[in-house]
Amino acid sequence: MELIVATTVGVLTAGGVYLLLRLRTFPVILGLALLSYAVNVFLFASGRLAIDQSPILSKYGEATYTDPLPQALVLTAIVISFGMTAVLVMIGLGAYLEAESDRVDIEPETPDANDQGERT
Amino acid sequence: MHWIILPVVLPALLAPLIGFVMRHDIVLARTASVAGTVTFLAIAVGLTSMAADGTTHVYRLGDWPAPFGIVLVLDRLSALMLLLTATLAVIVLIHAIATGWDARGRHFHALFQFQLMGICGAFLTGDIFNLFVFFEVLLIASYGLMIHSGGKERMRAGLQYVIMNLAGSTLFLFALGTLYASTGTLNIADLAARMPEIPVEEAALVSVASILLMIVFAVKAALFPVQFWLPATYSNAPAPVAALFAIMTKVGAYAILRVHTTVFGPGAPGTESLAGTWLFPAAIVTIAVGAFGVLGARRLMPLIAFSVVGSMGTMLVAVAAFSTTATTAALYYMIHSTLAAACLFLIADLVVTRRSADTLEAEPATVQNGLFAALFFAAAIAMAGMPPLSGFLGKLLVLDALQEPGFMVWAWSAILVGSFLTIVGFARAGSILFWKSTALAVPEEQTDVDVTAEAPPPATTAQVAPVVLTLAALAVLAIFAGPVSAYLDNASAQLFDREGYVEAVLGPVEED
Repeated sequence: MELIVATTVGVLTAGGVYLLLRLRTFPVILGLALLSYAVNVFLFASGRLAIDQSPILSKYGEATYTDPLPQALVLTAIVISFGMTAVLVMIGLGAYLEAESDRVDIEPETPDANDQGERT
Repeated sequence: MHWIILPVVLPALLAPLIGFVMRHDIVLARTASVAGTVTFLAIAVGLTSMAADGTTHVYRLGDWPAPFGIVLVLDRLSALMLLLTATLAVIVLIHAIATGWDARGRHFHALFQFQLMGICGAFLTGDIFNLFVFFEVLLIASYGLMIHSGGKERMRAGLQYVIMNLAGSTLFLFALGTLYASTGTLNIADLAARMPEIPVEEAALVSVASILLMIVFAVKAALFPVQFWLPATYSNAPAPVAALFAIMTKVGAYAILRVHTTVFGPGAPGTESLAGTWLFPAAIVTIAVGAFGVLGARRLMPLIAFSVVGSMGTMLVAVAAFSTTATTAALYYMIHSTLAAACLFLIADLVVTRRSADTLEAEPATVQNGLFAALFFAAAIAMAGMPPLSGFLGKLLVLDALQEPGFMVWAWSAILVGSFLTIVGFARAGSILFWKSTALAVPEEQTDVDVTAEAPPPATTAQVAPVVLTLAALAVLAIFAGPVSAYLDNASAQLFDREGYVEAVLGPVEED
């Protein structure tokens, strides 16, 4: 279980970082989405992994429980990253339509030869 | 005692109202926005006088006891930050309205209020996860403000800014997860209380969280090596927004001060000297980056943006010492550099909009060349740190606080050489913009019609007023340096009083 979760977080993060370092908007957005998935799983695991446990203390007996706080944190993080991804897509689209180029690096002095956008 | 939450609630209520109800009526939106911001300034003054007596005021949301519910904490430092934010907000708002920037796109005032909400929340909160949430609030508002009124370069710079900060937010969450996994709490006071009891095998994990948080705050504070987003962002943002962003870098610096003294401060095994060790060299390089940037900039807005980078370096050098005297110096310099940077951006806006392009090339003198030259000269003196304005006192305090042998050589040489390069850079820019231009005659071959058609309107009193107000504030800061630094002395003493903070938030400590 630990191995699966750790591998998932690791692979998602590695993929996210790789895509984040691309120069075009779409891979970067995908990379950030992957990173946010990775961090959600990571946050979920930060309360220690417990299987088949309820997230509340039991009055009866010594039943263990799974930590409910990370679940609340993950919920907040999911909502925020969802909203942020939407904003990023809109701004990325806006930048693409304005500049006619989806490169994320700014090189106003020496425009890329491959760039089909107008030269500044 | 609900005053503490008002700086968050007031803009939070006002912003949707402006955004939804007043969006078609710019006059109504302006009135509401100004009224809200002035009210916020009044509240900030009230809160500062409330905090000045030295008690740490705690506001428990929903009256849940501290480690379980979210708390807002008002002490001298956070009150000071609120007051600075409010002052800056009023000045920037006057400029935005007087120059008509707010009408060049939609929802300026709504976003402005959301931005204030996020900044105030970040300064007040006593819970690290809540700090993350307020960071996101202020960031999402700043994304909107950054690309306000659009344009090719602005959209691209805005996209970079958003990507940079989203990556930063992800890192913030990783840091919080690590911290929660090793301590089981995210309340700042509770973390501070538990930190000395961290078992040795968990100490490494806590160090990782500490450095991750440092990187996240460094992104906000534009510290080397994650400062590269700042010049592109600030120089392409609308000028009033760039002036407001002067406080955003300070949110990062404030977070470093708060978290790395209270939580990872003295007594925390493994992390107590970690922050200073990494922060100090990074801040030294930041000063160098800022100074060379000022020297090499080819446009006015990037030049000012690089001077902001340099000033953040100077401030964080003092923060890195993590002592009360150095923190006092850092706070004094912070107030100064926020106002000075905002002032420069506002002047640059007045100048650049009257020129054909934002390039440092001689052009025939525009209207009111003398007035703009005088204002720019005063603001550049302030930013570079020459007498008589508060920049000189701020740098003097920083130098005076860093007299330990380990710090002195690097800090003094970096700050002094950096200041010199900044002076040269500003002098070069100023003389090209205002002095050489007077030597150029208006080309004769142009027809009179063209000249009159293209002649920019002179700046109105309302447009110059915010700049003069900021310069006046800097002068006041220099004249009342004694009382101000006495207050800051108390603020930094309170900041380093971990036990007092923990006791105020969690209640009296039970000995066990």
